[in-house]
Parts: sequence; structure tokens; C-alpha cells
Amino acid sequence: MVQVTSAGTEGNSELLAPYTELPFYNKQIRIALKNCGIIDPKDIAEYIARDGYRALERALTGLTPDEVITIMKDSGLRGRGGAGFATGIKWEFCRRSRNTPKYVICNADEGDPGAFMDRSILEGDPHSLIEGMTIAAYAIGAVEGYIYCRAEYPLAIAHLETAIEQAHEYGLLGERILGSDFSFELYIKEGAGAFVCGEETALMASIEGRRGEPRPRPPFPAVSGLWHSPSNVNNVKSYAMTPQIVLNGADWFTSIGTQKSPGTAIFALTGKINRTGLIEVPMGIPLSEIIYDIGGGIPDGKQFKAVQTGGPLGGCLPASALDTPVDFDSLVEAGATMGSGGMIVVDEDTCMVEFARYFLTFASAESCGKCVPCRIGGQRLLETLTRITEGKGTPQDLDEIMYISRNMREASLCALGQLTPGPVMAALRFFKEEFETHIYDKKCPAKVCKGLITFTIIADKCEGCMVCLRNCTSGAITGAKRELHVIDVERCSRCGICATVCKFDAVLVE
Amino acid sequence: MPRLNSPAELSELREEIKRDLQVKQAVETIITVGMGTCGLAAGAGDTYRAIQKELDARDLQARLRSVGCIGMCVKEPLVDIQLPGGPRVTYANVSPGRVSRLIEEHLVNGQVVQDWAIGYVPTEW
Repeated sequence: MVQVTSAGTEGNSELLAPYTELPFYNKQIRIALKNCGIIDPKDIAEYIARDGYRALERALTGLTPDEVITIMKDSGLRGRGGAGFATGIKWEFCRRSRNTPKYVICNADEGDPGAFMDRSILEGDPHSLIEGMTIAAYAIGAVEGYIYCRAEYPLAIAHLETAIEQAHEYGLLGERILGSDFSFELYIKEGAGAFVCGEETALMASIEGRRGEPRPRPPFPAVSGLWHSPSNVNNVKSYAMTPQIVLNGADWFTSIGTQKSPGTAIFALTGKINRTGLIEVPMGIPLSEIIYDIGGGIPDGKQFKAVQTGGPLGGCLPASALDTPVDFDSLVEAGATMGSGGMIVVDEDTCMVEFARYFLTFASAESCGKCVPCRIGGQRLLETLTRITEGKGTPQDLDEIMYISRNMREASLCALGQLTPGPVMAALRFFKEEFETHIYDKKCPAKVCKGLITFTIIADKCEGCMVCLRNCTSGAITGAKRELHVIDVERCSRCGICATVCKFDAVLVE
Repeated sequence: MPRLNSPAELSELREEIKRDLQVKQAVETIITVGMGTCGLAAGAGDTYRAIQKELDARDLQARLRSVGCIGMCVKEPLVDIQLPGGPRVTYANVSPGRVSRLIEEHLVNGQVVQDWAIGYVPTEW
């Protein structure tokens, strides 16, 4: 064997900056993502070395279940799944329920397009979730737990299985954990990928082997949940933050973030942004700092147009809202939602009507169909938006959107139906003139909606090179070498290939 | 690994692992590949195999390991190289084609490849 150069003799490593000085990281505070990308998730020893299971150790030796709950309540941690309900209070409700057995459940049914916060934790640091759930079980008095994770996350499930196995081997799960009187078993339930199963009552129905459909609340899971037993359902991120809170104390946690939303928020930053990635920032950070300082702004010198938070059930915010502090309440006040942590940035080339329609297509397809407002309302909304993007919109359509949206919000059974109109309502609130241009002028300002744009060849610029003609997918272009080409509007499928291949900028889109 | 029967045993084990890791870091060359789903989608699997092949071909001694996602999706595949006792240097967009030069310059010659390096993981991260 040949020895590599040893003892840190890189002659030129002083030129490098630590992560903490990189623009992508220097505004981040990593609590739930502390170990992600640092430790080998398949080796429990690496987790233990970074203070892993020290919070559990501390809870079992020095804290009563009530004291753990007090720490969680004092920390002000709000559920990172999106609703933002106080985690400590939720645990207390469950602890006070008299029925047994009790269950702790992790909602890892992450399904928003463009969101991968939970997946990263499951794959990169599964023990933080296991430790968090074990502490929750100790606090609540549960003996069994379930991680509901979608089958589309095979690597996450594989890493979880390894982690659970290792934790058992070390005596950190199972009978008499660390020699104490406390026992806890943890199981993985693979979901089939229905979006509605992220709703807690549908999720529990799915674990029970029933169809994944929500039911009305109350009773809340803390009173009657899985198999009618008291159950505590939290998101991956909430559990992953728990060990850090127990270890460092409530005061430490409240020193980060804002008064009403302590701690950090995790976002999957995607879309038209230079530095896409997974970030963890203190609550209260302005949107602009996330998009420009951490994300590095919009590529290709384009203009920022909007940012969608909260995924297909959230809402978009325009440039005028860039100063909004990112926390549960401020985002709602501004017209969006925190959601689970998706953040999609779009630039001037995005049509906001089409953007809203995209999310609506997703949400309405994922309606379970149990309640009428969601099942029918989603479809009607989608039809209305589709009409507008096709240039067949009427002035009444805007009232129609508001009417259906209000009804869905008020009458749907679960959050899926209640929040499905969110993206449309936000788009209509901030980009109403764009809807109106589609309806009255039959034009799409972003030049996206196929029914509202035409392609023509500018005579002065066309060199007659035949490139567009050869690339046209619908045979709509006629012309000969060195002669002006013409697009037949009737045959044109508006795919836009001619505009991309033309070297002379001779194709006019309007 | 025998079952831990008390919190004290866990504490002891933690200190043991920490000492062990410290000793290892002082003598081992460690190569870390980000292999979460995001990394794999960007081709980290091929990068990992290319590194393995390169190490074998040159008969170099190094520990190759994989980790989850550190967040810089745009820079995947990410590879960290840490010489014995040295900083954990991160390289961006490491396609299999970049592996040979990385190993040659960093592992063999002990020079950071500045063109591709983006920073190092601070010890207190």
C-alpha cells in the first residue's frame, strides 16, 4: 500500500474558507440539519459521537415525563409540519389522556412538489428522528411508535431500518431502554403515496390498514387516534429538533428566531434561483435574505416575480412582500403559509395563472373524494383556470373562483380541501391584472399560455436558413432556401421550438 | 456491540467513540461522498465507484464513506477529502471525469485543487 501525503500538509489550504463564511451557510443555523451530510447515517457510532442520544440519556436519568413536557412547552416549538401548533401542548394533551396504550407517530409523508426537507433528515440523520420520537414516547407514556413514510423514499426507508436495528442492538430502543423501566418499540409504515395521507387522520387510517381518508376532528388524535388510542402525531422536523431542545434547554431555543415562532425553519429552496438547496434559517429572517443572500438571486439576470411557500396548499408572494419576516404568523398575514417548507422561486417568464393552475392540478388530483367541496370544488376551480389560460375566460370567472374558493375553505372536511384554493387566491390577490389580461385582452403577459400566444416570422430578420422549418414539430412552417419563411397559425402547435432554434431572433412571440 | 444497560454506559461509550474517531482522523485519509437521493440523482453513485476504482488502481490507502445531503443541491455531486489531521475540504460538481485529477493532486501531491474546492467543514460544525 502507498501512503498518501499525511498530517494536513496541503500546501495551499489556507486559501479556503470555512462553510461558516460561505454566503450559502453564513446566515443559517443548523439544528435539525446539524448532522446531515456530516455523519454516516448508517453508523450509529458517528451519531453518538456528536452528542447523539445524550438528550435521551438526560431525560431518562434526570427528567420526569412532565419535566420533559415543560421544557418542550417553554421552548415554544411549533409543529414544523405546517400548522404550527405548539408541540409541548400537544404532548401534554396526549399525556393527560387516560386511555392506554398510547402511540407516537411521525408524519414523514412528504409529498409537495419541490419539497425534500423531511427526506434529507430521514436519509442523512435518521437517529435524530428516532431519538426525538423516543423522548416523546417517554414524555407521553407511549410504548409503540410508527414512522409513516412514503414508499417513494426507498433510501430513507433503508436508512431508517438500519438505524432502528442499530438502536435496538445498543439498547436504545426496545425493552428497558438503557436499563430503565421505559420500553419503546418503533415501526415503519410505508405509505403508497397518496398526498391526503399527510393529513393526520387519513394517515392513521392508512396505518390501520383502511383507506387513506380523513375524518372530522374532534376527537383529536391526542384523545382518540390510532386504533382509537391517544396518539401524538408530529412532523419529522419537529421530532428531529427535540433532542437539541432537551439537551440545550428551552432558553437556548427561544433565543433563536422570533418570540412567537422560536427556533429555525427549514426550506427546500428550488425554482429560478442560483443556489438551489436545503437550508435551515432562524425564524424571522426576511424573505429577501433567503432569496438573494443565501439563494444568490435569480439566474440569467432575470427579474424576481414571486415565491411560492407552503407548496400546493400554500400561496405565492410578490416582490413587494420580500421584506416579510419568515415565520408562521407573518407569512399568513402576508397571504402565504409556512407549510412544511417548500420554497419555489419564479421569475418574469412564469405566468401566474398557469403557475396557480399547476398547483391546482396537483391538489385536485390528490383529493380523496370523500367530501363534496373538495372533490367537486377542486375540479370546478381547475376547469375555470384552464378556461382562462386557454383564452376562453369570462369576467364572471373571477367571481366564480372566489365563490368556489370560499366554499371549499369553509366546508371541506380536511386541510387538503380547505387549502386547495390557496395558491389561486394568493395569485389572484397579488397578480389580478395578469388574470384580467388573460380574460379581457386575451393575452398572456409572460407568453406562456399556448392558447394566447402566436408565433410569426419577422420578414426583415429571416435569412431563409430553413432551420425552423426542419425543426417544426407540426409542419406549420413553409418556405424555401433564402426565402422568407411563414408560420401557418392554424397548424402551429405553439411549442416554441422555432423561437429557440432561430439564430437571427426572427421569430416573434406575442 | 453488547447492549447498553445504563445511561452511564452510553456516556462511557460516547467518550470511547470520540477518542477513537480522533485517533482515526489523525492517521486516516477520509473521502466522503454525499449520497442522499439528491446526490445520487446528480450522479454521486458513479463518482463513488470512480473514486473506489482510482484508489484501487493507484493502491492508495483511504477510507471511502458516504453521507446524506448537506444542502448544496446545486453543487452535487459533493466530495470531501480529508488528509490525516487536515481540514475536510469540499469539492463541488465532482463528476467521474474529475476524480483522477482530484486524487492525483490532493491525495498524492497534497495540494488542494482550488478550481473545484468550495470550502472546508469547520471542526465545530
